[in-house]
Amino acid sequence: MEAVLFFLAAIGALGGAVGVVAMRNPFYGVLALIVHLFSLAVLFLLLTSAFVAAAQVVVYAGAVMVLYVFVTAYVGGDTESAWEPIPGQRFLAPLLGAALFVELSIAVLASSLLALGTHGPDVNPGFGDPAAIGRLLLERFLIPFEASSILLLLAAVGAVVLAGRSKSSEGAA
Amino acid sequence: MNIEWYVVLSSLLFAVGAMGILIRRSPVVILLCLELMLNAGNLALVAFSRMVGNQQGQIFAIVVMVVAACEVVVGLGLIVAIFRRKLPLDVDSLRELRG
Repeated sequence: MEAVLFFLAAIGALGGAVGVVAMRNPFYGVLALIVHLFSLAVLFLLLTSAFVAAAQVVVYAGAVMVLYVFVTAYVGGDTESAWEPIPGQRFLAPLLGAALFVELSIAVLASSLLALGTHGPDVNPGFGDPAAIGRLLLERFLIPFEASSILLLLAAVGAVVLAGRSKSSEGAA
Repeated sequence: MNIEWYVVLSSLLFAVGAMGILIRRSPVVILLCLELMLNAGNLALVAFSRMVGNQQGQIFAIVVMVVAACEVVVGLGLIVAIFRRKLPLDVDSLRELRG
């Protein structure tokens, strides 16, 4: 059962990723990324990390993807030209991607991490649930938690400054 | 399922994202491919956290999610600003900052 779910989610994640790369229209790329993110949430659940899976669905597939959908709808469909500045880019890039995959796999699988070939240790039922993650975030990792909140605020202010409609930028355009 | 399956899947997804960044030229799609790479990293983090039996890797994954959200907000803000100035949305045409 677990293997079936893993392979279904893996096929969904891989198909979504290939769809993002292959779709000419960015709008379909965004939809493929949503499929990818949902499959990843299933994988997180299989790894007994319920809170990360929920955050993946709520934050990514919910909030971030809505932002993407709005911006692609605003900017418009396929703006990509067929012109290739680097000759053979379309053939060279998959080769380099495959080389990267082989290299990463060798680096991981040839490492001496013996626990890689196991399911991981048996964990108690509360592993990765919101209570445990919340306790870690608010006790041990309080400073990274607060720092990430400041980072989010800075990003929001930065986006408003960048994309906001101001008199001076209209004049300069 | 053994942990190595998850790790190999994550490196495959990372390679697909890197390939997309090399191939595509629309800034929106390049941001989407960056998301793919960040999520592949997240999958590896969660898999290793399960392998060790320790939840701290999941905290790391959540922080990566926050950073990815910030990156998306700023990147999409830049794309909207580029679009408003009627510049071409093509990373090969926007080469003024290349030096």
